[in-house]
Amino acid sequence: MTAVRIEGLRKTFGRVKALDGLSLAVEAGSVFGFLGPNGAGKTTAIRILTGLARAHGGQAWLDGIEVTSRGGRRAASRLGYLPQDPAFYPWMTAAELLDHVGRVFGLSAGERRSRTAELLKLSGLEEAARRRVGGFSGGMKQRLGIAQALVNRPPILLLDEPVSSLDPFGRKELLDLIEGLRGQCTVFMSTHILADVERVCDTVGIIDRGRLVVQSPKKELLEKYAAPVFEAAADRGQEKALKAWVEGLIMSPPPWLNSAALTEELTARLLVNDLEAAKRELPHLLVRSSLVLTRYEMVRPSLEDVFLKLVKEGGGRT
Amino acid sequence: MRFGTALRKEWLEQLRSYRLLITAVVLTLFGLLSPLIARYTPDIIRLALPQGEEITKLIPPPSAVDSVAQYLKNITQFGVLLALLMAMGLVAQEKDKGTAALMLSKPLGRSAFLLAKFCSLALTFTLSIVLAGAAGYYYTLVLFGPMDLGAWLGLNALVLVFLLVYVSLTLLCSTLTRSQVLAGGLATGVWMALSLLGALPGIGDYSPRQVIGWATALGAGSLETHWPALGLSLALIVGGLAGACAIFNRQEL
Repeated sequence: MTAVRIEGLRKTFGRVKALDGLSLAVEAGSVFGFLGPNGAGKTTAIRILTGLARAHGGQAWLDGIEVTSRGGRRAASRLGYLPQDPAFYPWMTAAELLDHVGRVFGLSAGERRSRTAELLKLSGLEEAARRRVGGFSGGMKQRLGIAQALVNRPPILLLDEPVSSLDPFGRKELLDLIEGLRGQCTVFMSTHILADVERVCDTVGIIDRGRLVVQSPKKELLEKYAAPVFEAAADRGQEKALKAWVEGLIMSPPPWLNSAALTEELTARLLVNDLEAAKRELPHLLVRSSLVLTRYEMVRPSLEDVFLKLVKEGGGRT
Repeated sequence: MRFGTALRKEWLEQLRSYRLLITAVVLTLFGLLSPLIARYTPDIIRLALPQGEEITKLIPPPSAVDSVAQYLKNITQFGVLLALLMAMGLVAQEKDKGTAALMLSKPLGRSAFLLAKFCSLALTFTLSIVLAGAAGYYYTLVLFGPMDLGAWLGLNALVLVFLLVYVSLTLLCSTLTRSQVLAGGLATGVWMALSLLGALPGIGDYSPRQVIGWATALGAGSLETHWPALGLSLALIVGGLAGACAIFNRQEL
């Protein structure tokens, strides 16, 4: 069953096409990673799904309810939404906010009490339950944001960059929480942090310039689109030489090279499009560079490699 | 949709943000001070000015009518100022900060969201005027003798209608923008425009300002009425709210 369906969605801001005929479908119960570079149209698409913005063309459905029509507000009760920068009433306590949201969803007093306690525990805010939200840190607000999005046990959860303002510890906790929701509800999560998508999502949609570049189960995407990657790690003191070598490759790339980049771990990462040619020629290039290497290997491509390749190509439609 | 829930939240906010306290204290203070100012102004002039004795001979002795006039002048001036200050950020700030987007993605109607804001502020002004009116009535009673209670209640009801015109129009201005400063500027513009129109012959009879003219007449024991002004004031309240709802329902958040 399809939980989220978007067909030919269009939205413009002046001359800028934020969404240019976006179409996708997300199966119920899946954790969907909505990937795209900044300004690709992710937030605009989510705002249209929540009813906060209007589309200039196309249609969208949540749980079979068309949200782009007049009766779209009916979908609000089946939705949980966490905006990119969640904002709350600073004078409310965390418990009061969750209770207020429960009232908005029409929960009974008993349900609100138990749900508030449950969500405060789940979001790790039990101790801060009686503190005013105005004094919360960014991470605490983000956790309260996810808690308020879950108050109504929504069949569909829309998360807009849910971990962007969290520290690594908070990020791990939230990703664990999202992972735990698999099968319970459909999670539609927009992000540009590929490692997070790779970790929790089972289906991925890549959007660029308002259009869907590709949508596929993550595993299939990696198998289908990921070209082999070679990594060459240099020894300490080789920073300048490695950088110069990578820059040289970028300036005059060999025909088998798709892209080259330096990672933080003093490693050159080379995405290739002709595996056999790369296997033959790359060792020679490395020898000629006189770099002192600690590692040279062909590695499993990551989602980041696929993302960069597809967005760079600006094509690859399914 | 969920008006009661929205109203509960707004009322809590009136209490927690001290809006109710500030409005009640300011208006009650003027309710208390107005009869005192009316009663003791001649004495203050006599004691403070070198030729005060002569000047006070020219002033008729203060009466309850002066007390009422002083009360109406103070309550309406500061009441309008409070209406503008309290209402200018109600919607603009929530749009700017993102709380409106968070709450309105849930099954909470936009009209309910707006009307709850108006009703909570209307309740704040009603309670404040009740307190200010009680204080003003008591001090007038003590300093000048008894007054017609029915007329006093009537003139306070007219003051409330007059202030709600500005609450409604400021709420409309707050709906138009994301900046509460701009909303405040727009509302001040509306206030000035209505004041100027009120001074024009012919048109002035329909101005909300004439509602206060009616209240002053009630305080003076006159039977003069200004039904067109009251009608237009009520129309401005309803029209302001309807306009705000219509605009807000079309806005993107």
